[in-house]
Amino acid sequence: MTWVLNNLGLILELTLEHIRLSILPIVLGFLIAIPLGWVAYRYRLTRGLILTLVGLLYTIPSLALFVILPPLLGIGFLSEANVIIALTIYAVAIMARSVADALASVDPDVRQAATAVGYSSWGRFWGVDFPLAGPVLLAGLRVVAVSTVSLLTVGIVVGVQSLGYLFTNGYERGILASVLTGVVMTVLVALLFDRVLVLLGRLLMPWTRTRTAPLAKGAAA
Amino acid sequence: MIEFRSISKRFDDGTLAVDDFSLVIPSRRITVLVGSSGSGKTTLLRMINRMVDATTGALEIDGENVSTIEPVQLRRRIGYVMQNSGLLPHRRVIDNIATVPRLNGVPKKQAHERALELMDTVGLDRELAERYPAQLSGGQQQRVGVARGLAVDPNILLMDEPFGAVDPIVRADLQQELLRLQRELDKTVVFVTHDIDEAFLLGHQVVILEKGGRIAQKGTPAEILANPASDFVASFVGADRGKRALSIQTIDGAQVLVDGDGNLAGRLVEAGPA
Ligand SMILES: Nc1ncnc2c1ncn2[C@@H]1O[C@H](COP(=O)(O)OP(=O)(O)OP(=O)(O)O)[C@@H](O)[C@H]1O
Ligand SMILES: [Mg+2]
Repeated sequence: MTWVLNNLGLILELTLEHIRLSILPIVLGFLIAIPLGWVAYRYRLTRGLILTLVGLLYTIPSLALFVILPPLLGIGFLSEANVIIALTIYAVAIMARSVADALASVDPDVRQAATAVGYSSWGRFWGVDFPLAGPVLLAGLRVVAVSTVSLLTVGIVVGVQSLGYLFTNGYERGILASVLTGVVMTVLVALLFDRVLVLLGRLLMPWTRTRTAPLAKGAAA
Repeated sequence: MIEFRSISKRFDDGTLAVDDFSLVIPSRRITVLVGSSGSGKTTLLRMINRMVDATTGALEIDGENVSTIEPVQLRRRIGYVMQNSGLLPHRRVIDNIATVPRLNGVPKKQAHERALELMDTVGLDRELAERYPAQLSGGQQQRVGVARGLAVDPNILLMDEPFGAVDPIVRADLQQELLRLQRELDKTVVFVTHDIDEAFLLGHQVVILEKGGRIAQKGTPAEILANPASDFVASFVGADRGKRALSIQTIDGAQVLVDGDGNLAGRLVEAGPA
């Protein structure tokens, strides 16, 4: 406990850094997954191929990725970009399937009705399909957020500061409190992201809350 | 006027859904396409707003071939109402009704004012405007669907079994409402149903379809009932089972009509000048 009190400044700094570094891969991963997931959803033939290939990305060990990326992209081995790009790849790997599933979850009748009243394909995607895919997208995004926050700790091996520092530091110097604090703070940051996403979901998808309203018809069906 | 000229539709999987179909749908009248499941009613209806394109043949609206009209533009000037309302679950009632005017670029405030007026037109309490579709009863949802169909004041209203999923009492209500609306607004309505009673109640022109969109008979309800063109039609309208047969019985000196089940249908009076 004294270790924690003596290092409050460091812990806070690393936590903020961890939050900052997590945001970009989550957002980028989401944005890149949208067109990929859409293609997988839209064209049956490519679905298996795209989702399998993208899924395989997740199986590449993060250390290997940190080593492969810099020469491939001409970025610094010890740069933040290295870690952010690697984490974005993992985010895409998870999210592309979520996007495909989310789009497939939209009621075909609603989709047809939207077309029948005069939505263009582009307008319908953003005005109908995408928002109605929201709940499943959100579920995927929550997994991505937790995964990113946890994976980011590995970035310490290429010198990118995050809560991961508390692991290596604690290990090298034999300070158990440091390791435990790292674990607890990582979990808390993950929970924070999760809460924020759920809240955003409620804010952006007010209709999902009406399902349980007393008047809702077919809610039990 | 909507005119189908030798229209056929073969889907990609080889199904011949409509085979050489020709029909004139007069303006400002209700035409009902009625037939059993798979007879091609929906396919025919969807050709009018190009949700489905004919394989061969021509379809004209007021002399204009629909294949020359851009589908999205065409759909925005034709009302479409379907079973289970087809409302957008993530939009409030008022936004659902205002959907098409908004797509056409009408300012939000104006579109919303019009939507509220339409709620009056279709008999919906304005208080429901802020609700989501899931918070409405089935009958209310259908009314919202009709209001949305009317939002751009289209000449043509396409209705695909719009009252199929509501209970009989609400359905009877909605049917009367549709008759009133058509009288007041003078729309060309093309209505699809598999319920012959609904067809006879609503249709100025009733078209009875067999498989492949083959017309078994068309005419006014009276014409069809008076003179079924085939055994198929007779059985479809229930004439063969005596369902439509009324017999005269004399009770206390007055003549009353009794239906096939022995239930009282009405009292016979001299038809006076209309
Ligand atoms: N997209 C499609 N692809 C292939 N076949 C189709 C398609 N849509 C309809 N069909 C087929 O065309 C025929 C007519 O279908 P349609 O939906 O027009 O019938 P319907 O009269 O509206 O039936 P219901 O009363 O069940 O709604 C059916 O055999 C149906 O299976
Ligand atoms: Mg149908």
